[in-house]
Amino acid sequence: MADQLAMPHTATPAASVRTPSADIYAPQWRNIIFVAPFLFFFTTLLLFPLLWGIWLSFHKADTFSSGNFVGLGNYVRLYNDKVFLQSIWNTFYFVLLTVPTLALIGLFLALCLNRRTRTAAVLRTLFFSSSVLSVTIVTLIWRIVFIPNVGLLSTIYGWFGATAPAFISNPSLAMIGIAIATIWWCIGLPMMLFLSALQQIPRDIYEAAALDNANRWQTLRSITLPSIKRTFILVIIIQIVLQFQLFGQAWLMTRGGPNNLTKPIVLYIYDTAFRRWDLGMGAAASEILFILILVAAMAQYLVARNKGDRA
Amino acid sequence: MTADIEIRNVSKQFGAMSVLEDLSLSIKAREFIVFLGPSGCGKSTLLRMIAGLETVDSGEIAINDQRIDHLPPGKRGIAMVFQSYALYPHMTVRDNMAFGLENIGVSRQIIDARINEASRILEMPHLLERKPGQLSGGQRQRVAIGRAIVKEPKAFLFDEPLSNLDAALRTRTRIELAQLHQRLQSTMIFVTHDQVEAMTLADRIVVMNNRKIEQIGSPMEIYDRPATKFVAGFVGAPAMNFVDATLDRSGGNAKVKFADGIAVQTEIASNLLADGNYSFGIRSEDVRIVPAGQGDADGVVDVLERLGERTLIYARLGDGLQIVGSDVGNSRVAVGHKVGLAFDGKKSHLFSEAGRAWHAGEA
Repeated sequence: MADQLAMPHTATPAASVRTPSADIYAPQWRNIIFVAPFLFFFTTLLLFPLLWGIWLSFHKADTFSSGNFVGLGNYVRLYNDKVFLQSIWNTFYFVLLTVPTLALIGLFLALCLNRRTRTAAVLRTLFFSSSVLSVTIVTLIWRIVFIPNVGLLSTIYGWFGATAPAFISNPSLAMIGIAIATIWWCIGLPMMLFLSALQQIPRDIYEAAALDNANRWQTLRSITLPSIKRTFILVIIIQIVLQFQLFGQAWLMTRGGPNNLTKPIVLYIYDTAFRRWDLGMGAAASEILFILILVAAMAQYLVARNKGDRA
Repeated sequence: MTADIEIRNVSKQFGAMSVLEDLSLSIKAREFIVFLGPSGCGKSTLLRMIAGLETVDSGEIAINDQRIDHLPPGKRGIAMVFQSYALYPHMTVRDNMAFGLENIGVSRQIIDARINEASRILEMPHLLERKPGQLSGGQRQRVAIGRAIVKEPKAFLFDEPLSNLDAALRTRTRIELAQLHQRLQSTMIFVTHDQVEAMTLADRIVVMNNRKIEQIGSPMEIYDRPATKFVAGFVGAPAMNFVDATLDRSGGNAKVKFADGIAVQTEIASNLLADGNYSFGIRSEDVRIVPAGQGDADGVVDVLERLGERTLIYARLGDGLQIVGSDVGNSRVAVGHKVGLAFDGKKSHLFSEAGRAWHAGEA
C-alpha cells in the first residue's frame, strides 16, 4: 500500500514528461480555437475597417471610384475648412460642458442614494432609467421641453411671467440645450459606477473615522473621495470617449445649427462622407476623431497602470 | 488618563432578534477586561455599544460617572482597534495616526510629539512614511494600536485584534499588549473568542454566552471555579470532561456514580447539594493515567495527543463514554492499550441540570 502511494512521486522523468499535466502553461495550438471567433469579428469588423479608413483618408474617393493617392491632401483640406475647425471646437465645447457635469452630478446622486432605503432604491432606478431610452426618444422629450411658447420650460417660465431661454434657436444656448439633454440621458452610468465604488469602501473605515472625530465634510474629503479617486478618473475617461462621439442629439435637435454652431465632428463626417460623398475627406476627419479619442483612451490606460501605488 | 466604565441594564436588539439582554457590568480604572465568548454571543456588539458604533436600546453606559451612551463615538474619549485594523488606505502611517488629532484641532507640535512617542514605543519609526498597503499584517496591527495610543484615550477597546495574525506573531503581540497595558495604565477592553488570549491578558474575564454574562472573574477563578457548565466547557483546552452521574450523599462529601457503576469520591460537601441529576466535571489534567485496575475506572485508549510537556489520552470507558486524561510527556501508553483513570476528587465539579456549579472544597 505504502509503495503504491509513493509511486507517483518516484516516477522517472521520462514518464512525467508524457503526462498531460507536466506543464499546464505550455502553449497548445488547439487553444487558438477558443480565440478564433473573437479574432474573426475583431479583424473583419474592427481592424479591417480601421485600416481601410486610414487608406481611404490618403485617397480622393467618392462612391463611384476610390481614385488617386493624394497624400495628406484630405488633411490639408480639412485644416483649411472653417466648418471642420468649428466642429472640432464645438465637440470640445460639448465635452467640456457635459463631462465634468456628468461626473459631479453622478457623484452627488451616488452619495445621496448610497443607502439601504426603499426610497433610495426607487430613485436609483429612476435616475438610471433614462439611460435605457434611445436617442430618438430623448431628443423628442427635450424638444418638447424646449419648444418655444408651448414647451414645458416656457410654461413654467410663463407662471412667473418670464420668457424661457431659447435653448434650440439661440446660437449661444443651443449647445447648452444639447448638453442638458445629454446629461439627463447619460447620468445613469456615472451614478452607477460611483455607487459601486462607494459600496466597495469598507464600513469599518467610516467607523474608525467616526471614532477619529471626523465630521461629515472631513469624512467626505479625507475618506470617501480618496477612496473613489480611480473611479472618478475612470468616469471622466469613459465620458470623454463617449461624448466625443456626439451625433444623434445634435442631428435630431438642431441639425448642427444655428450656423454650424452645434455641429460636432461626427456630424461633419456624416455630412462630408454621406451627403457630399467626399469619402476620402470624411475618412480623414474620422482619423482625426480617432486620434482625439485614442489620446483620451491612452490617458485611461496610464491611469489604470499607475494603480500600483495604491493599497 | 484612565476610566471607570459602568454598564447598567443594557439591552440591544437587531430587528426582532435580541442580542443582549439586561446586561450590567462595572469596569474599574486601569483594568484589563476581556469579553470572552463564542461567535454570536453579543461580545462585539457590547464593545461597539461602548464605542458608540451601535445604539443602546435600553440601559445606560457611563465613563467616570458621566453618561456617554448618547454621545457620538468621537466624543467618548475612547480609542478602538478593529479586527481588520481599518487603516485609511490612501494615507501614510503618519497621516493615519494624525487624522484623529487634526480633526479636533491639536497643534502640529503636539501631534508630531505624540506620533514620535507612539512609534518609538511600538518600534516603528521607519514605517511612518509608508502606506498601509506596503505593510505586513503585523505592522498594520502596530499602526492600528499606534493610532489608538496617540489619542491618549480614557479607554482602549480591542475587537479581536489578534485574529488576523499568524500563530507566532499572535503570541508575540499578546505579550506586547500586556506590556503596553502595564506601561500606559489605561483601562482596556479586549474582545476575543480565544480563551488563551483571555487567560493570558485579562485582569478579569467576562464570559458571555447567548446574550448574557455567564461569569465575571479573574482568569484562575474562571478556570478553577467556573460558575456554570457553559463556562467550564468553554474555558480550558481540551474541554472539561462531563459525565452524567447520580449522587450518594450519605457521607460528608458527595460520592458520584456513573451509569456503568463507576464511583468517584468528590470533595464537594453533601449538605450543599439537593437531590436530582448532576453532571460530574473534571479537567483532563485532573485525570491521571495509572495501570489498568488501579484507578477509579478502566478505559481503552482511542487517541493520543502528544503536546510535549504532557500527553493527552482519550480513553473510552465500558459504556462508550470518552474521557480525556493526562499523562507525562514521554508516556509509553499507545492506542488500544487498556489504562486506568484516577479522578482527583479535590479538583472535581458538579453541575446541576440548570447549569449551576459546585466545586470541591466549597464550604
